[in-house]
Amino acid sequence: MNLQEIINHLGLEVLTTKDKDFSAVEPQSGYISDLLSCVMAGANPLSLWVTLQAHINIVAVGALKEVAAIIITEGARPEEGTIQKAEEEGITLLATPLSSFFIVGSLWELGLREKA
Amino acid sequence: MIPPLIIETALDKGIDLIGITDHNCSSNVEAVINASSGTGLIVLPGMEVQTREEVHTLCLFDSLVQIQAFQREIDGKLPDLKNKPEHFGSQLVVDQSGEFLGYEDRLLLTSVDISLNELFNLTNDLGGLFIPAHVDREVFGLIKNLGFIPQDIEIQILEISKNITVPDAYLRYPQIKDFPLIQSGDAHRLDEIMGFNRLYLESPTILGIKQAINQKMVEIIGFPNV
Repeated sequence: MNLQEIINHLGLEVLTTKDKDFSAVEPQSGYISDLLSCVMAGANPLSLWVTLQAHINIVAVGALKEVAAIIITEGARPEEGTIQKAEEEGITLLATPLSSFFIVGSLWELGLREKA
Repeated sequence: MIPPLIIETALDKGIDLIGITDHNCSSNVEAVINASSGTGLIVLPGMEVQTREEVHTLCLFDSLVQIQAFQREIDGKLPDLKNKPEHFGSQLVVDQSGEFLGYEDRLLLTSVDISLNELFNLTNDLGGLFIPAHVDREVFGLIKNLGFIPQDIEIQILEISKNITVPDAYLRYPQIKDFPLIQSGDAHRLDEIMGFNRLYLESPTILGIKQAINQKMVEIIGFPNV
């Protein structure tokens, strides 16, 4: 399942540039945590990271772990500077008013697992 | 922790300057400042704010005018929840002699709806000093929650808890190696006050403290070698 299909299926809002070809991105796994030190230790490359943390540090952590995209849940809104930073780093930020629990459950139904 | 006993204990321990930093609240600051009048002890008004990211940060100021302006901003961002004293304890407001004035009814132990970066800018704009608190703690510490010190705000100094030494803190968290440290015991009771930080100040003000930090004139004294 590619990222464009996931965005459509979950009705995610794309906060960073929409010009990217999301259908060419194939997330390999999923990870959920709001504690960035845990994400730095635990997230896998090309994973979808689900979090309600919207602080600017998520961009550097996402870039470090080479995640496929960050899904920011529960209506949390990153500041404009965070979105700009994500553009510079080539990190895709997606947003949803839905809960982390619901998003992870939906991703699981779509076939995404903890490891590739 | 009534104001006259705070003053007496600080003076007994040879402390020249204290900050009063209750959690998300400054209702008791004026009472302590008034109680210090004529004693020579300097009391700086402040607050320990819990940000949206659940990071605890100390915000220190020089004057009541500043902390009141700061409090107004925080008031607008504190969730509208009532304290439940049976679960969380009573939140008392007292006067300078320690007499009961009333209760703070709003739930203070929650997060204020402000990001760490917004809080830095608010504190800085009001002329205050911003110190991420007990950064090594697993709960409410900056490193656990945000991974590393944000690069886009000019944080000058960090506080470590009583559970770690300075060498161990630098060893365990290489991401803080460029920051000077203070250490605090996070005392919630008078008998919990342990060590202190020695700063050589030209003036006992926020500006004086910032200058001492810049000149690396900060020395940590009296904490256990954990």
